[in-house]
Amino acid sequence: MTDDAIGLPRNPDPRPDNQDPALFGQTPWQTVGPFFHYGLPWKGGADLVGGSDIGARTDLFPEEHDVLHLAPPRGPVRGKTIALVGTVRDGEGRPVPDAMIEIWGANAAGRYHGAADDREDVALDPGFIGFGRAAVSAEGSFRFLTVKPGPVPIQVGGNRWQAPHIAVGVFGRGLIKRLVTRVYFADADGNEEDPILARVPEARRHTLIAPRIGADPPTYRFDIVLSGEGETVFFAL
Amino acid sequence: MPDARPYRAEDPGQPPSLFPPYRSTALRSPRQPLVRVPQTLTEITGPAGTWEALMGPALADLTRHARGSGEAIGQRIIVSGRVLDEDARPVPDTVVEIWQANAAGRYIHRNDQWNAPLDPNFTGTGRVVTDAQGRYRFTTIRPGAYPWGNHRNAWRPAHIHLSLLGPAFATRLVTQLYFPDDPLIEIDPIANAVPRPYRNRLVARFDIDTTAPNHALGYVFDIVLRGRDATPWEP
Repeated sequence: MTDDAIGLPRNPDPRPDNQDPALFGQTPWQTVGPFFHYGLPWKGGADLVGGSDIGARTDLFPEEHDVLHLAPPRGPVRGKTIALVGTVRDGEGRPVPDAMIEIWGANAAGRYHGAADDREDVALDPGFIGFGRAAVSAEGSFRFLTVKPGPVPIQVGGNRWQAPHIAVGVFGRGLIKRLVTRVYFADADGNEEDPILARVPEARRHTLIAPRIGADPPTYRFDIVLSGEGETVFFAL
Repeated sequence: MPDARPYRAEDPGQPPSLFPPYRSTALRSPRQPLVRVPQTLTEITGPAGTWEALMGPALADLTRHARGSGEAIGQRIIVSGRVLDEDARPVPDTVVEIWQANAAGRYIHRNDQWNAPLDPNFTGTGRVVTDAQGRYRFTTIRPGAYPWGNHRNAWRPAHIHLSLLGPAFATRLVTQLYFPDDPLIEIDPIANAVPRPYRNRLVARFDIDTTAPNHALGYVFDIVLRGRDATPWEP
């Protein structure tokens, strides 16, 4: 017998909630909290060129939980492999042990994966997606392996260029919403003319420019200061 | 000049980075103003449609994929909804990553010291992908509330963490789903970082049509990502 047939009411008038048409709009951000390690970072997530399983903190969840850490192998990647390393620090200079970093970069030719970059004169690399994710270590540090991206235009069809860079998102306990920044390379061409760096007060620009601190693979250091003295420049999108 | 379009102002429902009642924001939020930037190819592109190549296969039933051979303990629930853009258009083929505590309010995380039992049949993680209409659906256990150290007698309301990539770097979202009959929401510093009335966007609706007879209670929760008509954004 259906509920209609026996005269039951349907759902009563609800209080304002997710389904209220008057409230329709962007879903608000909420923090990832301290326990994201077994849900978000995957083995290999910090290695965009394939090969290693860096990125996850497997010491923080039981071994048998590896069901979510089954990223398939990827093909060879064109371009020069680089390492991007750094430490996340708080407003008192202390390392942040429960942060997570995501990166998004163009391939070595300067082409982004995905439909929004439909330039046919710049080649996609089937082995390279350009997205990475890493939980920081107990000492607040991260290490990505990726390729040094090529220069990219501001927009498809535009004739103004951006210097090689990688977009960075910072998450963690105490971060209600993601902080967005960028890493540029101290030894790359075009930083002086980059239209985004030009919007950053000159005295703070250095927080976005990673020095090369090692070779084999070339290693760039991008420390992130969330708050206070030496604070990294974060962007409003 | 088409290449200097601004982003629209932030939605009034988005919380601030600094919210003193959530104490750990004090040393982890910027003091300098955010630098406004125009839309560039960098942020309007993203790893759309690559979730399986990146992370591995979907897992839509959190009650069954743990190591144990039995079923998870607790109230079985189905969570279903749509992922939309700000014009209410569906966002297809985007990944929703899920993690949560078990029915007793305990995470499998090694740093979770809350004195409540672990469930050998429940890890509390999964991931699903939206279909062509932007719909997603997963089965889980209703999580329990748990205490935390923010202030004396602080308790987190029952919640499910949801993480979405969306079509672009700029559409990234991590949020928490709350339940409609939970009195802890209004005294929770993390939920309260979202101003009224927008906080209610985070409260799922019980739905008898999503409820599976003799199986699981149903909740509906739509997720609205930044942007109109996918990307790029209208100014």
